[in-house]
Amino acid sequence: MLGLRLAMVDAVGEGIMDKEENRSLEVPEVAISTNGAEELEDRTETVAINIDALSLWYTGVQAIENVSLQIPENQVTALIGPSGCGKSTLLRCINRMNDLIPGVTLDGHIKIHGESIYEKDVDPVAVRRNVGMVFQKPNPFPKSIYENVAFGARINGYKGNMDELVRASLEQAALWDEVSDKLSESGLTLSGGQQQRLCIARAIAVKPEVILMDEPCSALDPIATQRIEDLIRELRSTYTIVIVTHNMQQAARVSDKTAFMLAGEERVGRLVEFSPTQELFTNPSDSRTEDYITGRFG
Amino acid sequence: MSFETTRVTARYRQNLRSNLGGRLIGAVLFLCAFVTVVTTVGIVVILFIEGLSFFAEVSPIEFFTGTKWTPLFTSKGFGVLPLISGTVLIGLGAACVALPLGTLTAIYLSEYATPRIRSVMKPLVEVLSGIPTVVYGYFALTFISPFIKEYLYPEAGPYMAISAIVVVGIMIVPIVASISDDALRAVPRELREAAYGVGASKLEVNTRVVFPAALSGVIASYILAISRAIGETMAVTVAAGARPNLTANPFEAVQTMTAYIVSVSLGDTPHGTIEFKTIFAVGLTLFFMTLVMNIISSRITKRFREVYD
Repeated sequence: MLGLRLAMVDAVGEGIMDKEENRSLEVPEVAISTNGAEELEDRTETVAINIDALSLWYTGVQAIENVSLQIPENQVTALIGPSGCGKSTLLRCINRMNDLIPGVTLDGHIKIHGESIYEKDVDPVAVRRNVGMVFQKPNPFPKSIYENVAFGARINGYKGNMDELVRASLEQAALWDEVSDKLSESGLTLSGGQQQRLCIARAIAVKPEVILMDEPCSALDPIATQRIEDLIRELRSTYTIVIVTHNMQQAARVSDKTAFMLAGEERVGRLVEFSPTQELFTNPSDSRTEDYITGRFG
Repeated sequence: MSFETTRVTARYRQNLRSNLGGRLIGAVLFLCAFVTVVTTVGIVVILFIEGLSFFAEVSPIEFFTGTKWTPLFTSKGFGVLPLISGTVLIGLGAACVALPLGTLTAIYLSEYATPRIRSVMKPLVEVLSGIPTVVYGYFALTFISPFIKEYLYPEAGPYMAISAIVVVGIMIVPIVASISDDALRAVPRELREAAYGVGASKLEVNTRVVFPAALSGVIASYILAISRAIGETMAVTVAAGARPNLTANPFEAVQTMTAYIVSVSLGDTPHGTIEFKTIFAVGLTLFFMTLVMNIISSRITKRFREVYD
């Protein structure tokens, strides 16, 4: 198992290998979860999100062209690529976050579990209730830890036991033990990594089917990053996760499938390759993917 | 090695010289700030000295509980309550007009207006505060008051508090709208996105996340606006009249504390007399009223504010 991972990492680059090896040895869960990924591959995949011929323009300037992706259910799908390749934009299409930016136009379809989310009579607010999001910079509300988690459920008219929901969400986000005695303190008193897990708990509390993560670890230190990555692997069994990351090693560590995007000279993002993560990192089918993952650019 | 040392020393000398300039600038800036402090202290000291010499002649109990304010008459009454009631009536009334109107304007400007509408509307709203207050006063006297007398309350005289309340309220809308708008817009985009991300509607994002986060700025705008309303003299004198009147009826004429101070200090009351000293006692009272209001509001802000950074 370890041999396979190392071979995979080898393709990523010599410099990273030492670090990666240490990490794998220290954290046995990595090996376990990779094992799980293989099992999943044997199963027939259910498509959770079907992105069909999606193009997007910011006030007339095209940012994404003709991207089609079938994102599998209960797996982690990573979107990688250099800056400006449209991966974050693509992610934000999945919960219609781009609707908030004036001047965005879009062509193509996105279906989540068969339901098209860009039809005229679809309420983007309802879409976002089903598709949670974790952002690049931890952004807890300036409210208590408890209220941060309860917020989404409250506005969605949750009728059950709020204390239990808050506790369950915090437990699922691996934060409960650290905050159980200070739920009334502001979410901003937590460390960056804790804040990000609080944001994950906040997303979970709404009980979405899909969780989008937009470079969730880019503002965190390596230890906090590792905890978030462990958490992502655990959440995979319950949620469909799509993660945008700058960090190829992170994509290799946490994801089951990886999509590589690239923008050409005209700065329009296109999908280059979408494959199982191990395949994309060990045996990329496109030479541009190989150039990127071996660090020749980007 | 020694060459290295010499070079570093020279660099430090240069820094020392430029630091001298920096300290000079610091001193000049300190003096500027000091001027305002000295002015404030001077005002407070004069208020206290003159006010206390008034209270040497008139008992504070009579001053604060009496209901007759006739210091310029032969039968003198030194009860300040009618002036306080007039001030509070105008101040609270104007707040009732301006706070909702200004807050909603701010929310519209910051959250709903397109950039183009905003770029036109915000300056227009701010122009309201550039109109001379005496113009507001005559607008009230010649337009609002006759209108109210004609259609709403025929028994009213030519002067009435309500008319002053309306114009003072309009006058302070820009303070609330402009400062609250800045406070709302300062709330980071990340917080809004976080709320949208869990399925909040625009209304929920604004009322539950953006507004609470901006609350300290919004409250600050309220304080400024109410202080301005309480301190407003000219429009109130013109519209509400000059009759000290202990009433809560906004259709009657009233006199506020500031309006009284102006009428005495511009009149022919000789300096040094008890009549003249009343204005310092009234001024001192007003000073404490606004001070208490500021303290209370800072408490409220601390209690409810959601600090986002």
